[in-house]
Amino acid sequence: MATKGKDALPPPPDPQALSESTAALLRELVAHLRQNRTQLREEWARRITRAQLLTAMTEEEIFAEATSVYDNYVEALETGTFEALQAYARNLSERIIPRGVETHEVVGIVLLLRDVLARSLFAKYHEDFDKLNRILDAYEPAANRIANTVAVGFVQERERIIRQQQEAIRELSTPVLQVRERLLILPIIGVIDPQRARQLTEQLLRAIRTNRAKVVVIDITGVAAMDSNVANHLVQTVEASRLLGATVIVTGLSPEIAQTLVTIGVDLSEMATVGDLQGGIEEAERLLGYKVLPFEELTSKT
Amino acid sequence: MEVPILKQGHYLIASIQSALTDADLSQLREALIERVGRFRARGVIVDVTALDVMDSFAVRTLRDIAHMARLRGSETVIVGIQPEVAFAMVQLGLTLKGVSTALDLEEGLAFLDRQMQLRIERGSGRIDRG
Repeated sequence: MATKGKDALPPPPDPQALSESTAALLRELVAHLRQNRTQLREEWARRITRAQLLTAMTEEEIFAEATSVYDNYVEALETGTFEALQAYARNLSERIIPRGVETHEVVGIVLLLRDVLARSLFAKYHEDFDKLNRILDAYEPAANRIANTVAVGFVQERERIIRQQQEAIRELSTPVLQVRERLLILPIIGVIDPQRARQLTEQLLRAIRTNRAKVVVIDITGVAAMDSNVANHLVQTVEASRLLGATVIVTGLSPEIAQTLVTIGVDLSEMATVGDLQGGIEEAERLLGYKVLPFEELTSKT
Repeated sequence: MEVPILKQGHYLIASIQSALTDADLSQLREALIERVGRFRARGVIVDVTALDVMDSFAVRTLRDIAHMARLRGSETVIVGIQPEVAFAMVQLGLTLKGVSTALDLEEGLAFLDRQMQLRIERGSGRIDRG
């Protein structure tokens, strides 16, 4: 039956470094895997469940995924090219990473499939030890490369997602808001590290330019601690803003921060500070020539 | 390259169009200080929008222009410093202390107008702003 399958299959499109006999053996192997597809696939899915992998997915999902992984696996063995498998691995990772599937699970299932297939080869060729040896010689490097490809694809996708999220958090962490014409506020919350401080300054300077801001209120109520590096960076931000023609008011310095700054001796003489955000905005409005009045008062005056 | 200096009402506007050598900068300083007297200018605007680098000599020259012009009775505003340039400047400690700055030419003109207004209000009102 193996010979029949061999004849029915087209030769691999890319023989690469495979010698003729290895290619023939791989063809035979692929035919065997195609023929026993249902049985091997079920055995594999059973093993996945038994090993308690992919617990985040339902049994039907595992079976559906197993089917397509199996087919892609066989195809990679057959063609000796890994692009399709790579693309599939990326696509699969994209789908399963948000559901909390871990790296060890993905590597685990691919290794399980390798084991299942190797076992079936043992069963098929146990009478012809020499042939079994040659088949395994052909199978093992390819199988290892497939396992490698899938694992690497998964990890790369994960890293891509992590990078993307970092980027998103960084964007979110420094909102520059316009509260009135020519008045921006920059609320800072959380820990300021040098990288964030730098990004913050860049965003603020760009916002000053695009919004044509004259006054900026930087509110640091949400900043728990500040060291001399961050404090100096804040002073630099204030000075850079002034070079763009904007006045900066810093609000919400906590008692602890005030004490630290004075103790470590940061020169804050150039910085305008107001107790809280409300006071800061009022001061900014005064600088811009606004006067905010209750509506009744305004109408009674005119 | 020589920097064109335009007269606009009571103000002089020097608009830097490309990167300048140290000699160009010194020449700009001389020309501006001389013309402040010749045109009896009340304000000087130096537009640096086109500069994407500012070294210590350029910053010192701008500061000198501002201080010299003040001695000759004229207020100076530096306008159009790019965000990246501003950031680089403060990191190098070149902060143009004591020199007025504004976002762009329009803001600079508004700033000078306001300064003139203040002078008139504070003074005897003899200054004719034209």
